Parts: sequence; C-alpha cells; structure tokens
Amino acid sequence: MSRRILRLLAVLVAVTAASFSMVSLLPGDTVTAVLGERASEEDRALAREELHLDDPLPVRYARWVGGAVTGDLGISYRTRQPVAEALGQRIGVTLELVLLSQLIALALAIPMAVLGALRPGSWLDRTLSGTQLAMLATPTFLVAIALVAVFAVKLGWFATTGYVPISDGLFANLKSLLLPSLALALEQVALYARVLRTDLIATFDQDFIWHARAKGNSTARIVWRHAMRPSSIGLVTLGGITFGRMIGGTVLVETIFALPGLGRFTIDAINNRDFMALQGAVVVMTVGFVVLNLLADLLHGVIDPRIRAQRMAAR
Amino acid sequence: MTTTTTTAAPSPSAAAQPVTDATRHRWGIAVWLSVGWLVVLALAAVFADVLPLYDPADTRAGIPLSIPTSQNWLGTDQLGRDLLSRTIYGARVSLVVGLAAVVLSSLVGGAIGVLAGYLQRRVEAVSLFTADVLMAFPSFLLAASIVAFTDSRGLLTVVLVIALLYLGPTIRIVRATTLSYANREFVTAARSLGATPGRIIRREIVPNVVPTTLSLAIVAIAGAIVAEGGLAYLNLSVAPPTPTWGSMIAAGKPKIDQSLYPVLVPGLALFLTVLALTLIGDAIQKRQGRNLGAI
Repeated sequence: MSRRILRLLAVLVAVTAASFSMVSLLPGDTVTAVLGERASEEDRALAREELHLDDPLPVRYARWVGGAVTGDLGISYRTRQPVAEALGQRIGVTLELVLLSQLIALALAIPMAVLGALRPGSWLDRTLSGTQLAMLATPTFLVAIALVAVFAVKLGWFATTGYVPISDGLFANLKSLLLPSLALALEQVALYARVLRTDLIATFDQDFIWHARAKGNSTARIVWRHAMRPSSIGLVTLGGITFGRMIGGTVLVETIFALPGLGRFTIDAINNRDFMALQGAVVVMTVGFVVLNLLADLLHGVIDPRIRAQRMAAR
Repeated sequence: MTTTTTTAAPSPSAAAQPVTDATRHRWGIAVWLSVGWLVVLALAAVFADVLPLYDPADTRAGIPLSIPTSQNWLGTDQLGRDLLSRTIYGARVSLVVGLAAVVLSSLVGGAIGVLAGYLQRRVEAVSLFTADVLMAFPSFLLAASIVAFTDSRGLLTVVLVIALLYLGPTIRIVRATTLSYANREFVTAARSLGATPGRIIRREIVPNVVPTTLSLAIVAIAGAIVAEGGLAYLNLSVAPPTPTWGSMIAAGKPKIDQSLYPVLVPGLALFLTVLALTLIGDAIQKRQGRNLGAI
C-alpha cells in the first residue's frame, strides 16, 4: 500500500513538473500576456521581477511546490486573486455537476445491465446494447446542445444557460444543473451498463449462484443479494477512473451551459495565459484523478472479501 | 492506475463472455451501413474539389439560415454559406485528424508497449510510469493548452496533441497484450531455436498483437474525431476559414432558436461517423470473442 502511495506521489510530481515546464518551454511571453502588448520596458522588468520569471525553472518549480503543500497555489496573473481561493469558488459547481451526472448514470445503467444480463442475446438485451452503442457514439457536447435545443429553446422548460447557487434554493439549483448533468451522464450510462452486464453474466454462471437458485431464491433476490456485489468490481474501477477524469472533462458542458465551474475556469486560464491559475487547476484535477483511482482500488477489497483474502495471501 | 486495474479486471469476465452464433460470424446490416457511410464520406471528402459543390467559404451560396432548398440541399448557415459543402469539407479535417492521430499514437505507443511487455524490467517500469503520468494529466485540457500556447492552429498541431491523448492508453493496452504472448509456447520455441529478440518481436509478437489491438484503434479513431470536434468547438482546432464540424456547431449554436440546420447537419455527420466507427470496432471485437465493455 505504501508503495502505491509513493507511486501516486511520483505521478503527481511528474504531472505538475511537466505542466510547469510546458508553459515555460512553449512559445509565448507571460509578461505580454499579463500586461498586454503596449507595456513599457520598466513595467515589464518589474513584472518579471515580481513573478520571478528570470529564475531558473527548477527554482521556480520548487518555490511553487513549497507554496502548494501549504495550500498556497500562487496568485492569478490576470485577476490578482489567490488561485486557491478562486479554485475553491469553482470546484463546488463542478463536483456537484459530476456527482449528479454519476447518480443519473448509475440509476439508468444498473437496470439496463441487469435486464440485459438476465437474458443475454434476447431481443431486449440486443435492443439495450444497441441503445448503449448509440449513447457511446454521441459526443457529450452534442448531447448538451441537443438538450438545450429541445428543453430550453423549443419547450422552454429550463433556462438555456446559467447556474443558480444552492443558497438560492435547492430546487432551483438542481434545476439549473439537470440538463448539464444529463448531458454528461449519457456516455457514462453506456460505459457502466456494458461493464456491469458483462460481469453479471460471468457471475450468474458461478456455483454460488446456482446454489442460491437451487435453494429457491427469487431472481430478484439472487440479483440484488448475491450477484450484484461481486459483479460490481469492474464498475467501481471504471467509476473511479471516469469520476476522476470528469473533474477535468466538464469543460465543454460548462462552456455550453455557462456554468462557473473548474472546467470553464481552466479554459479561461488557458485562453488568458494565466499560468498560475492553469497550474493550480491542473493540480486539483490530477489529485482528484489519482485519489479517486486509489479509492476505487481500496473499495475492491471492501466489496469482495475474496480480493481481500488474495491480497493478504500475496503478502 | 496500476497494472491490475486495467489488465486483471476484464480477463475473468472476458473469458466467460458467451459467444452466440448471431454475433460471432455474420456482420449485421448496421455494420455494412456503417462501412457504407464511411466510404461515401471519405470519397466525398477526397473528391470535394471536383464535386459540384459551392465554395465552402462562399457567403452568397444562399439566403442566411435558409432551410434545405433545391439550391442548398441541407440549408445554409448564418452567413449564407452552403451547409452541405461545409460539412463535406469539414469531413476532411475530422477524418484526417482521426486517422493520423491514431496511426501516430499506435505506432509510437505500440512500439513502446511491445518493448515494455517483451523486455520487461526497467523498460517496462519507465514506460508504465510514463503512461500513468500521461493518463493522470487532464488530457483534453492538455491538448487545449498546447494548441492555445503554441498559437499554431494547423492540422499538424491538432494531430499531434490528439495523438498525445491516446499515447498512455495505447502503451498500457499493447503492453498487456504483449505480456499475454511473451511467455507462450511458440515464443519460447522460437527463443530456444536461437531467434534474436528483434526477430521474436517482429515475427512472433507483433503479428499477434496487431489484430488484437486493431479494433481498439478503430474505436480510438472515433474518440479522436470527437476530441477534435470538442477542441474545434472551443475554437482550438484548425483555424478558419477551413470549416470543421466542431466550429460549425459552435457557430450555429447562438442562432439555434432561429434555425436548427447549422447545428444539426454537422452534428449529424459527427454522430453518424462516430457511430459507424463504434459499430465496426464493436463488430470486430465480437468476432474476436471479446467485449468492448470489458476494456
């Protein structure tokens, strides 16, 4: 376990170092980005001084890491706001969005997977599989625009864009996030349903299921009490990966629905060459990705005692 | 993150995947329609210059935001440009980027993955760590920032950044596949007959790894096309005046309450292309007796 964590830390250092050096190595002048084309030479020199741009790269990276471990992610070049504070304001929106979309995805995927797995190859299974393939093939940003076109423009049930904070009421808040999270969920539904269906089919063929069936348990009881738990390992792994990935993958949806989340923040940072802000966002996303993957791995042992036993034996 | 999550998870279920006759050998009508769509699209994109189409940048092709007419078969955009012509020219970008990015990442990532899986030890450790770092990076934003910072919105940049997105997963998958062949009898036999590592990789490993990973590559092309569409939507793909599906959709979106066609036409082209590639990849995978969902 400690080796796992060391490895994750190494990945984290490598990612932040890579993104830190990437911006420095790529063409384009930070000072011009901050002050604009017409800044005087003195102002430029002052800015270079203030941002420590003349220090060698490793020194700047070390200084940044020193701040980052204490929660100081530097100050945005553009807005002069501390990056950690700005990220704090944004991350809630993205987390709520991702969480909501995952809930929707699971609520749709689990029944689809069970129905398909109970009778593999049946017309229902084939219809569901076909639907899932179509869901996989629809790019999220296209789903988002389609939802806007139908439910906001045509039917007028929702506002086309904008975010209502939770302080303005839970219902209004959820309503403003429903279409975006639905757009994000669609692809996940297909991914989750396919993995779970395959694992369920494999589980249904195992001896303990036959045993439970022989004892006269109902199908519903066999699915929920016996088969679901050992079959959800793949789902948990995939969930960890996609949840982590989505923290950085909501850019397009946040752009389309004008949500003030992490993705929008990052793309603004990119367009403004606000390097400190970008670096901060990369860290938050990478930490999220790495930690969620680790959590998913740890959950395997919790879900399936057989894995725990194997891990103990392997030691 | 670790080897176990990507390689061990699918194997027990993949082995137990039932193989029914209907899915095993025959390709359904949907797959042939998919092949047909891709062929038609590719031909139209290649021969766009000689086809009787409007210039994709010509703003006098029709009345702005017109519905389909006998002049403009699929309508026009907000500047009066012909949507059919723009969608066909846009297909060039999508198809070239999708193909080139995946070929590139398959060649580079494939080579690294085969070496990692066959040589193991340090080569494997370094390659897997590289893959981990690449996959932990918020990939779409990595691509977006490279395009934005280099300020070079040419086809080559877009191909390179999208190839980079697929490098990590390719290394992992090819390595895992190589590993599953590296200690098989025919490889041991070749080795005991005195074959050099280079020969074993060329003659024994690669011919087995390529077909197994081919279907994944086809699905990856679909993903690359979507990624390009997303970048283009954010105005971070090939620069105008070259039309791309993503930038057409972005341009049409503000006027969606006046006309649906500027979004619908390129959107449908994107959807059908990705669906076609997904169906074909899925069919190949089923034929090989594996399941897409398990990967």
